[in-house]
Amino acid sequence: MEPAIEVKDLTKNYGEITAVNHINFEVRKGEIFGFLGPNAAGKTTTIRILTGVIKPDGGTATITGYNILEQALKAKQIMSVVPEMANAYIDLTAWQNLMLIGELYGIPKKKRQERAEGLLKEFGLYERKNQLARGFSKGMKQKLILCMALLTEPQVLFLDEPTSGLDVESARLIRDTIRQYNRDGTTVFLSTHNMEEANQLCDRIAIINHGKIAAIDSPENLRMKSSGLKSVEVSFNKPVSANELSKIPNVMQVKKIGDKIRLYTDEPHSVMNSLIDYARSKGLTIITFNTLAPTLEDVFIKLIKEHEED
Amino acid sequence: MSEYLFLEQLKRAFAIAKKDLRIYYKRGPVVIFGLVMPFFLFLAFFIGRNMPIQQLFTGLLGMTIFFASMSIGPAIVPFEARSRTLERLVSTPVSAWALFIGDVIASFVYGILISVVPLIIGLVFGVNITNLLILCLGMILAAFCFASFGILLSAYPPTDVPSTVMMISNLVKFPLVFISGVFIPVSAMPDWGRIIASFSPLTYFTDLASYCTQGVSYYSVVVDFAALTGFTLLFLIAAIKIHERTLPERL
Ligand SMILES: Nc1ncnc2c1ncn2[C@@H]1O[C@H](COP(=O)(O)OP(=O)(O)OP(=O)(O)O)[C@@H](O)[C@H]1O
Ligand SMILES: [Mg+2]
Repeated sequence: MEPAIEVKDLTKNYGEITAVNHINFEVRKGEIFGFLGPNAAGKTTTIRILTGVIKPDGGTATITGYNILEQALKAKQIMSVVPEMANAYIDLTAWQNLMLIGELYGIPKKKRQERAEGLLKEFGLYERKNQLARGFSKGMKQKLILCMALLTEPQVLFLDEPTSGLDVESARLIRDTIRQYNRDGTTVFLSTHNMEEANQLCDRIAIINHGKIAAIDSPENLRMKSSGLKSVEVSFNKPVSANELSKIPNVMQVKKIGDKIRLYTDEPHSVMNSLIDYARSKGLTIITFNTLAPTLEDVFIKLIKEHEED
Repeated sequence: MSEYLFLEQLKRAFAIAKKDLRIYYKRGPVVIFGLVMPFFLFLAFFIGRNMPIQQLFTGLLGMTIFFASMSIGPAIVPFEARSRTLERLVSTPVSAWALFIGDVIASFVYGILISVVPLIIGLVFGVNITNLLILCLGMILAAFCFASFGILLSAYPPTDVPSTVMMISNLVKFPLVFISGVFIPVSAMPDWGRIIASFSPLTYFTDLASYCTQGVSYYSVVVDFAALTGFTLLFLIAAIKIHERTLPERL
């Protein structure tokens, strides 16, 4: 099957800075694809290229087979975007904003009105539909922008950090909506800083840093693949030198986290045994004792670090 | 480009125009530079001078249509770039040309709506309009010409500061009024004045208006229409081409 998004060798320079550096990836139809990376990694630049806002300096990108440069109108007709910077028209009402989008996508009047009404109700904005967006809170604006993106029933939906700065409830509403539309067949491309969000939502994640992709895989595989990220967390009744614990065989790294000490290892069981022996020989009592699977955050930091060392 | 696609894009251009009119007609700079300033300029020049009402009317009409049609246009693109709504528009399936034609249409509609006021005033005060049809056709063409000119003025440099564009456009607009036969009819100008006047599109509208009200004109009606059409095409094509080129720098 033809991919929903296909990116080949995409590059974008801003003067000396290479914001996007020869990246390649494919997003399958029906997937939620996450773009995870630190600030200035190139997430927004990639999304702006894929949505036809800026032109790449090299490489190609297609949306369901339509080249974003040569068949821009066709590509734009089947996708929509929730951009990073909120940009509904603040001098128009919520309703006028939605109608404008409907007209710009050529959606018949009756249909765009029905869609708008349904979406505004879904997001709890229907009572405020005749109010200027100027008077909307950040969360309300973000919901309106999402409504604007969903009005057109896109096959491919781009979201650039859609939940950043929102409260827990609004963020959850937006995540639930993304899931629901995805179940109904929308392919989703999502950029985020938030590991937990990526973990919960995405089928696959690309980790991007300095304009390059460090890894692409499912959240689960990313966790599994990274060795040295399992850890044992321990705390004693008396302070202990971390330095001494790092001498335990198979321990790769020791980190002090509050009153606990975390020992990274590939062999958690042997490390646990060693810790018990150590406590006994020093007359210490163990207070907490846990083995931890790597979090996506650990994987992320590790990958970014490895990537930077290259 | 298929005909269907062209008409569909044109429809979307009208959606852009509707949005522009809703947002920009009441903005401060639009009202001040578009309506208030020219009104006082008019008062300053004509009050107290003993002038026939026909000539007064021609001057008022020419100035109104010129300033009103160019008042919204120059501000739109820089303003949208700044408020980051331009990015939204560019991501929608609307061609760049349709986007800018939409802005031209908005300026045109505003110009026509405002210019109807002096036309009605003239009719009420008994200005003798010998050829209303030609005058109205001329107004429509002139408004479209000046609207295109207004959009062209914001094409370069690609700034996102509306006041910079306003300044540039005023720098161009005010001198043009003085050379265009608004205050002194072209026929009363010295030779060098006529040569300069021939470079201003407004000259051909005032000439046409003078033909329709006083029965005298310097050029023929055909030349007036041809010149206005030529300027319109020139401004419109230049506006679209230059905007298309500078658009990436605004995003
Ligand atoms: N218009 C621009 N002009 C100059 N440099 C730019 C421009 N847009 C992006 N950059 C640079 O490109 C790099 C990538 O920026 P981008 O906005 O894509 O990052 P991001 O991953 O979205 O970051 P964040 O998480 O902070 O949103 C940065 O170094 C940024 O400074
Ligand atoms: Mg970003």
